[in-house]
This record gives sequence, C-alpha cells and structure tokens, in this order.
Amino acid sequence: MDFRIGDDQRELAQGIRAMLAGRLPLEHLRAREGHEQAIAADDWAALGETGVFALTLPEPSGTGLGLADTAVVFEELGRGLVPGPLVGTFLAASAGIVDGAAEGLVQIGVHTASRPGPVLVEHLGVLDALLVLDGDGPGQLLRPAPVGGAHRVEHPLDPLTPLWRLDALPFGGSVADDRGGLWHRGALLTAALQVGHAAAALELAVDYAKERQQFGKPIGSFQAIKHMCADMLVRSEVARAAVHAAACLSDDPDVVVAEAEAAGCTPGQMLERSVVGAKLLADEAAVANARASIQVHGGMGFTWEVPLHLHLKRARVLSTNFHSPADASAALAAYA
Amino acid sequence: MDLRYTAAEQNFRSDLRSWLTATLPGVGAPPPHDDWPARRAYDLHWQRLLFDAGYAGVDWPSEGGGRGASPVEQLIFKEECERAGAPYVGVNFVGLLHAGPTIIAEGTPAQKERYLPAILRGEEVWCQGFSEPDAGSDLASLRTRAVRDGEDYVVTGSKIWTSHAEVADYCELLVRTGDAGNRGISWLIMPMDTPGIEIRPLRTIEGTTEFAELFLNEVRVPVANRVGEENDGWRVTMVTLSFERGTAFVGELLECIRLLGEVRGIADRLGLLGDEGLVRRIGHLVAVFDALWALTKRNVSEAAQTGIPGIGGSVFKLSFSEHAQALGDLAVEVLDRAALCADPLDAPDGGALGNAEQLHNWFKSISLTIAAGTSQVQRNIVAERILGLPRAR
Repeated sequence: MDFRIGDDQRELAQGIRAMLAGRLPLEHLRAREGHEQAIAADDWAALGETGVFALTLPEPSGTGLGLADTAVVFEELGRGLVPGPLVGTFLAASAGIVDGAAEGLVQIGVHTASRPGPVLVEHLGVLDALLVLDGDGPGQLLRPAPVGGAHRVEHPLDPLTPLWRLDALPFGGSVADDRGGLWHRGALLTAALQVGHAAAALELAVDYAKERQQFGKPIGSFQAIKHMCADMLVRSEVARAAVHAAACLSDDPDVVVAEAEAAGCTPGQMLERSVVGAKLLADEAAVANARASIQVHGGMGFTWEVPLHLHLKRARVLSTNFHSPADASAALAAYA
Repeated sequence: MDLRYTAAEQNFRSDLRSWLTATLPGVGAPPPHDDWPARRAYDLHWQRLLFDAGYAGVDWPSEGGGRGASPVEQLIFKEECERAGAPYVGVNFVGLLHAGPTIIAEGTPAQKERYLPAILRGEEVWCQGFSEPDAGSDLASLRTRAVRDGEDYVVTGSKIWTSHAEVADYCELLVRTGDAGNRGISWLIMPMDTPGIEIRPLRTIEGTTEFAELFLNEVRVPVANRVGEENDGWRVTMVTLSFERGTAFVGELLECIRLLGEVRGIADRLGLLGDEGLVRRIGHLVAVFDALWALTKRNVSEAAQTGIPGIGGSVFKLSFSEHAQALGDLAVEVLDRAALCADPLDAPDGGALGNAEQLHNWFKSISLTIAAGTSQVQRNIVAERILGLPRAR
C-alpha cells in the first residue's frame, strides 16, 4: 500500500497548473463575469486539447489514467476557478455518450437536483446536451439541450456560472450507465473540484496573513489568525484524503472487496459510502475555507475585487450538485 | 496512489488474525479500572503472549529486539488487534512507545541489554516523569533539579500526569542539570523503589486514578542511568518522537467507529431515528471517521517512504480529537437521562443499554484535545511549521 500522492500525479497537477496559468489565468477568466457563455469555445477546446476530459479514455484517444489521477487534475481546475460544465463534459466523454466531448468541442451539462420547485440548470444556453442523473435509475440525455421555454437568470449567485430557469425538464433518451457509475464519478469529481476551492482559499489566506501588517507586524503572527489557517488546512487535508480514498476504491475492485469486508458492508455500499462521504467533507471544506479566508482578509475579503467570493459562490453551486450536504449526511447514517 | 496491500502485508494480516482468534479466548476480561496490581498483571501477561508469538515490539527495529515491521504492517497490527478486541497496550505504553525506543536510539550497549528485553517480555513496567505542575505545554521550562554528588544525581522536584506510577518499576525522568531552557535538561532512568519517591494518585474528571503526581525528595539516581549526554536530554526526547509512524491513534479511531455504530443502535432502540438532525449528525461522523482512516493510511504511507508521517500527524490529531468529542456529545444526548448514570442500565427492550461505555468514552474524549499537545499548541505548530506563518506571538 502506498497512498501518497505519487510523483506522476504531482507532475500531472503541476502541468495543469502551468497550463492554466499560461492559457486561462484568473484575470482572463474573470473578463467573462456575467457573460452568457462562461468560458469561450476556444478556451474550452484548449482544455480538451490538454486532455482534461479524456483522462480515463484508453489511448490513443485518451491517456488511460484512473479516477485518482483525474481527481488530482480536477482539484487543479477548482483551484484555478475554471468555469464551465467540467463534470458533465468529462462524464459524457468518459462514457462515450457525446462525440466531441473528449476534445472539448462541445459543452455537456449535468443536472442532478431532484427537489421540487423551479428547475435551475447551469450553463444551459450554451450546452450541446444535458445529462440528467437522479442516482437511482439510468441517466437520460437531453439532446439538444432543452433551451425552449428556459429563462436566463438575471442575477445568478456565481458570476461565472450562468443559470437558466425552466418549469420542468422534458424526458430524454436513456444513456447506458454502469449501475450508477456516472453519478458516482460525477460526485467524486465535483468533490475534487471542491478540494481545489478549499485549498485555494487556504493559500490566499496564508499569503495575505504573511503580507498584511497591522499593529506593526504581519497579522499571521497573531494566534487567532494562525488557528483559523490551521483549521483550514485540517479541513482541506481531511477532505482530500477522503476524495483520494474514494478514487482509489473506484479504480481498484479488489480493494473495494477488501475494504467492504472490513467495514461489514457490500462492495457497492462501500463505494457509495466513500464517495458520498468525500463529497460531504469536500463541500464543507470548500464553503468553510472560503468563509474563513474572507474573514482573514478582513474588509478586502468582502469586496468583488478579491476572488474569494468567487470561490465561495462556486463552492455553493457545486455543493448543490449530486449529493447536497444534507442529503449526504442523511444517507451516510445507515453506515454507522 | 493506491490502497492495495502487498501479498506480504496480506500474509502478515492473516497470520496475525489466526493467532488472535486462537489466543484471545484464553485472555479473559480486563480487571476493574482502579485495580492497578491486577491491571499490571493482566497487561504484562498479554505482552508475554505477544512476545512468545513474535509480535512484541512490532514497531521496534530488529537491533532493539523488536520485529522491525514496516509502518504498513504496524498499521495492520493495530487494526487487527482493535477489531479483534485484543487488550490495549495498557501499562506497557511508556515502555513500548517511549522509554524503549529512546534507549534503542540513545542508550549505551549496557543500558540496552539491561532494559529492552524486560520491556518486550512483559516483565517490567515504565512510567513517564516529564510534565510538571508549572511545565505543561512549555515542557522545556521544567524545574525538577538533579545535582551531581559523586556517582549519583540527587533529584528534587515534582512531576505530574504520571500514568500507572503505582505499579511501575522505572520512570523515564527529565531533570534540570544545567541552565534554564532546553539545553539544560538530562534524561534519567529512575528505579521506582528508590527512597524519596512519594506517589500521590490524581483523580481524573471521571473519578478514576488514571494518573499520579510524583514528589521527589533527594532521590539518588546513578549517573550510569543517564541516557545520552548531560544537558542533552531535550534532543534525546525529541529523537523518540520521530519513532511515531502515523499510527498513534489507530486503536482510538477504530474504537470511535465502533462506538458510533452503537450510538446509532441505541438511538434506534430508543425510537429516535426519525429525528433528521440526529441522523445527519451520525452520518457526518461516518464521513469524518472514514476520512480520518484514509488520512491514517496516507500518513503511514508517508512514514513508510520517508521515515516520518509528514504533516499529517498534527492534522489528524486536531480533527480526530474534535470529532471524538462530537461523538461523545452525541452519545450523551441520545442517552439523555440514562447518561446521568455511570452504572450499566438495561434498554427498554431488554439487554444492556451501553450507557456506561458511552459515558466513559465521553469523559475520555474530553482529554483528547489536551493530552499529547493541546489543540491550541497543535494549531500553532501547524501554522508555523507547515504553513510558514511567522513565529512571533
């Protein structure tokens, strides 16, 4: 057993980080705040060219990697605040549901909300197709995306996640789904994005605490600030371990069997338990760290200029995808 | 990044599991909490069984007489022992986890030969004399004085939080032999039958005598009992801390997972599982304890490759201690008025309710954010050493 983040994975993360810094830096992404299309088609294609959506596809069309590697990449996408339907497009590509998804030529959304009330769909106006998952039955593919009768929300929470409102979703064609595998992978990668937001909020807080001087010294020398930062690290490290464990289980059926035996549940339950738990802790870490980082930044943290509100808002958006924290914790109680 | 055990690790696990299955029925139930002579006998007997089976000092290097198991095997050892309900390390804690490893790293050949085999065979018990009433988190300010007199040190002062002192044969003792600060400290082996040692049991919040205070009045300790150089005891102590392989709280974590299942069971029997808020708190703790189990594997993997568990040790302890307390609080809320009673009660539907064990765990959890480095000190360590925030306070 070697559960460390491997050298290959560190290189993969650094590669993505460097690509984002060069091609999709934050100021470039922020230029589209409030735009109908959160990320330009050529930027989306650049992500496709980097291989972000094809990581788990076999070579030569993909890189034949596992979900653990993919989680490392998605953490970087979260850290870099990359907008757009990342998870839906990855799912469509990895399951071979829509041509062009792997290359970043199309944008595919994913919709998982099942509560009654108005239907809100992220990025709907620019989607080629929408994948609808409810976690139980087979998924459905709405193609073209159901834009007729949809109204664009004028003030979406996240200025980089445009939102459309519909009265109801039409029915679409069933998609082949390996016993909830799409939901499972989607929840896991959403959790990985959240770990990226949690980590970014921590890094911004620590950098600011080292720089910002009050009372003649860096505010990071005050224990009150130190302890907030330490708690942020604890949240992101614990959530990251959970996401990586769920990814390793997904990549290795033998390990699932062994872990399920130790935990006294079925292999399917073990996978479910690991993913739902990871999503819950990653959601919490992302939201709580963004909040704490805003507090460390003081008044500046409450401004539009400092990007912490973008991390907080994206974290809120993602926490409503797949299992919300309330649903996740309710579902996990059965495993106690 | 993988969670796959090697064939050798799987064999280690299955051999150990077979041995535990065959051995544990003959071990019997542990003696009452306050019966220290019985606890000593029980724990030493268990240690002897481990020794005879080749599992004594599973984490000790082979040159110290241990098994020299890898960090992953150490993890498996603790996991299997906890899952099988094997006795806790008990009175052997200081000898196996602290004094022994210190002597392995820093002792003379004569000291190693004299003290190590007796720890492994379950013959001698050690206690720890580090903290003092005025030296807790700031241990380096300790004031117990050792003055050279011929071939002895004459030691005067007091120590606190000394577990199982009443039944210990030796004490690993930190004393001041030089100037103030961490460069004036020496590490001594003090036989507990030396004249001048007074032991006063210290009752815990739970009412049990888990700790003692030691009062040392001109206790003569041979200079030959010093481990390491004079005034170098702080470094000697720190060397031992590096023996930690990320497995420090494995037993406690798995115990919390088991207790959480029992809390859910109690809530079910009391008809409380319709309470959504309660159910969500249970589910949240499932997620946290599972994640901490994953973090343990990460820390152990780090230790296996680099010799130290990396940043994970403090991170683990901060999160674990907080959530063990959350579990304790949840348990006493579920038990409601049954948690006012430390005697075992029956459930409404018959059978034991489990209130006594949950209450005991609630008390124990309160110590977790204090013992082995308070959470406040841990946060300072994390912020300064991992995040690089400035040290000035």
